[in-house]
Amino acid sequence: MSKIKPEDLDSIGEKIKRTMLLREGSCRVKIIVHMGTCGIAAGARNVMKALTEEIEKADAKDVQLTISSCAGLCSNEPMVTIEQKDQPAVKYVDLNDEKAREIFSRHVMGGKIMSEYALAAGSERTL
Amino acid sequence: MPHITNVMICTCTNCISNSALDIRDSLESEIKRRELEDDVLVVPTGASGLCVNGPILIVQPEGIFYQHLKTKDIPNLVEEHFLKGRPVKSLMYVPPGQDSPIPELRSIPFFKDQRLIALRNRGLIDPDSIDEYIARDGYKALAKVVTSMKPEAVIKEISDSGLRGRGGAGFPTGRKWESRRKDPRTPKYVVCNADEGDPGAFMDRSIIEADPHSVIEGMAIGAYAVGASSGYVYLRMEYPLAVKRMQLSIEKAREYGLLGEDILGLGFDFDLQIFKGAGAFVCGETTALVASIEGKIPEPRQRPPRTTLWEKPVVINNVETWANVPVIVNWGAKWFSQIGTETSKGTKVFSLAGNINNAGLVEVPMGITLREIVYNIGGGIPKGKQFKAVQTGGPSGGFIPASLLDLRVDYEQLDAAGSMMGSGGMVVMDENTCMVEMARYFVDFTNDESCGKCTSCREGSLALLQILQRICRGEGREGDVELLEELAEAIKDASQCGLGQSLSNPVLSSLKHFREEYEEHVKNKRCPAGVCKALITFDIDKEKCTGCRLCAKKCPQDAITGEAKEPHVIDQEKCIKCGVCVDVCKFEAVSIT
Ligand SMILES: Cc1cc2nc3c(=O)[nH]c(=O)nc-3n(C[C@H](O)[C@H](O)[C@H](O)COP(=O)(O)O)c2cc1C
Repeated sequence: MSKIKPEDLDSIGEKIKRTMLLREGSCRVKIIVHMGTCGIAAGARNVMKALTEEIEKADAKDVQLTISSCAGLCSNEPMVTIEQKDQPAVKYVDLNDEKAREIFSRHVMGGKIMSEYALAAGSERTL
Repeated sequence: MPHITNVMICTCTNCISNSALDIRDSLESEIKRRELEDDVLVVPTGASGLCVNGPILIVQPEGIFYQHLKTKDIPNLVEEHFLKGRPVKSLMYVPPGQDSPIPELRSIPFFKDQRLIALRNRGLIDPDSIDEYIARDGYKALAKVVTSMKPEAVIKEISDSGLRGRGGAGFPTGRKWESRRKDPRTPKYVVCNADEGDPGAFMDRSIIEADPHSVIEGMAIGAYAVGASSGYVYLRMEYPLAVKRMQLSIEKAREYGLLGEDILGLGFDFDLQIFKGAGAFVCGETTALVASIEGKIPEPRQRPPRTTLWEKPVVINNVETWANVPVIVNWGAKWFSQIGTETSKGTKVFSLAGNINNAGLVEVPMGITLREIVYNIGGGIPKGKQFKAVQTGGPSGGFIPASLLDLRVDYEQLDAAGSMMGSGGMVVMDENTCMVEMARYFVDFTNDESCGKCTSCREGSLALLQILQRICRGEGREGDVELLEELAEAIKDASQCGLGQSLSNPVLSSLKHFREEYEEHVKNKRCPAGVCKALITFDIDKEKCTGCRLCAKKCPQDAITGEAKEPHVIDQEKCIKCGVCVDVCKFEAVSIT
């Protein structure tokens, strides 16, 4: 990456927004594992590992696995957010590797939200 | 008067072809019929993204999502939701393949009252991706100030916003920058204080782990405003993930030309490095912090003269303070200053811990009450126990009792209650917490962390600790409470830095609000909360005990005996008062007296 100019901020932003919002591109679902210190301490690495394995096993090329930070509710980590095209994001709480695998097969691949493990849908109020 | 509720109706081509305009008309006439025009405003919007489920309504501020609407649904919807405040479940968004809708995130109490400014990107972006930060308006504020604002104008914006330091003392940030700008000496420095030493506090760690670029951008803006060309992030070594993410982000920003020479090609030079702190609490104090960076013994110095780094001007701000800066530049001082109270603007991040159902990190507007934080956001006290106190401000702060739960959180109100905002640690305590023991805990901490320079702090904290220890051991003497008070005041008066000046606060505030608990320990040798081991005994209630033998099996001392199905007894000689029997008993047969 070469050094950027002020006007480059918008184009970088646009490019990334497209993949972040899943409007375009090959990605159908984005899985975010919340990996703050709290999440990691509660077992987020196992969740991450399980999801990586499942994606490989299913050869799911349209699923993007990424990380983010603590989602705020540290007492209910590990947490995972699942974003799908044209749908509010779903947050899952108190996960372990088994639950993560279940969510992968039923929600990510099967399109069925698992209300047993889900906390809520949507996003927080920012600014 | 602004409307309480906004109803956003999607009027994209798709929804219009699904009769969105009829729905709009029907909504408006129903709202009028119910005389709700002053409360509810109907706002036509562009495509909401879910238009395959159209026509769609989004009700703000709750963020409730209605879909597949028909005109015949509207009268009922208006009556139930807008008049009676009961959202209509049957019309709400139902995730695919689902029988009942899962709640909207913003309707969940934990998230509902939060407002994210410093934590605007938490959970949304990959902290290691500078591109994702940029996509959420990252570095736009830096570009804005360097291309179009004079340093004085930046400082004025920050001053007008009312931003005050989030690291504890609440000093006005703009005023601090102004004084460093005027200092003729060069080079100048900016420093981010990420030493975060308060027990129970994890705000600054979380901000850096979640969004390191927000801090970097804030610091670059500050550097531009005061005329600094280099800076340090003073980050404690015990935060390895934060260190790693910050390091990576600094490198990325350099690669993009957002740090280093000729930033954004606009001729502004600023670079940043991490200085790893070794975890001494006192290093968070500004003069000790600079001494630490200079490679000297981190002992606080007398102020004035103003704190310098290598005898040059330095701006030291807290992590959260820096993270607020880009938002203020982007959104303006006026916007920011509308949030909060008269004297305290914006939001504050708190780490909510202790005896609370939803432990975690919360960002709330200043002026919210403690009750709202503890009960709405925190979800109250586990196991239905009574709230006893909330501790804010860490070892420099104090305890706030139940009678002050309606206190509005701002710098002045917390000070007036004998506590302080501090950096944002908030530890909730239930009825089984002994306040004498808590005061002892904090004094133990500060005694350990005192740098030892001032006798009043070094020896005074030890003397306080010894008195508190003997009260907890049941050896409190007549006059100890008065002695604590006198000593606490003397330490306050005679110490040089904030550590010594405030270490008495946990003692003084617990005395102020829970004096009778001290008296019980000293006079009657009782610990009302059932915590201080020397003052309590464990007994098994013969009526309640079923003889299940569980406690006898779990007791690490084999102090519990009894036949199966017969009441058990505790051998007081052997009992070490660990409390395991209380925890395992399913019949509440073990009592503490
Ligand atoms: C003993 C002691 C420890 C402190 N620890 C911290 C700390 O960990 N982080 C912090 O930002 N400020 C800490 N402070 C406050 C700083 O001295 C200083 O006020 C603050 O960093 C200024 O930044 P602000 O104006 O943005 O709050 C501490 C103060 C004292 C007396």
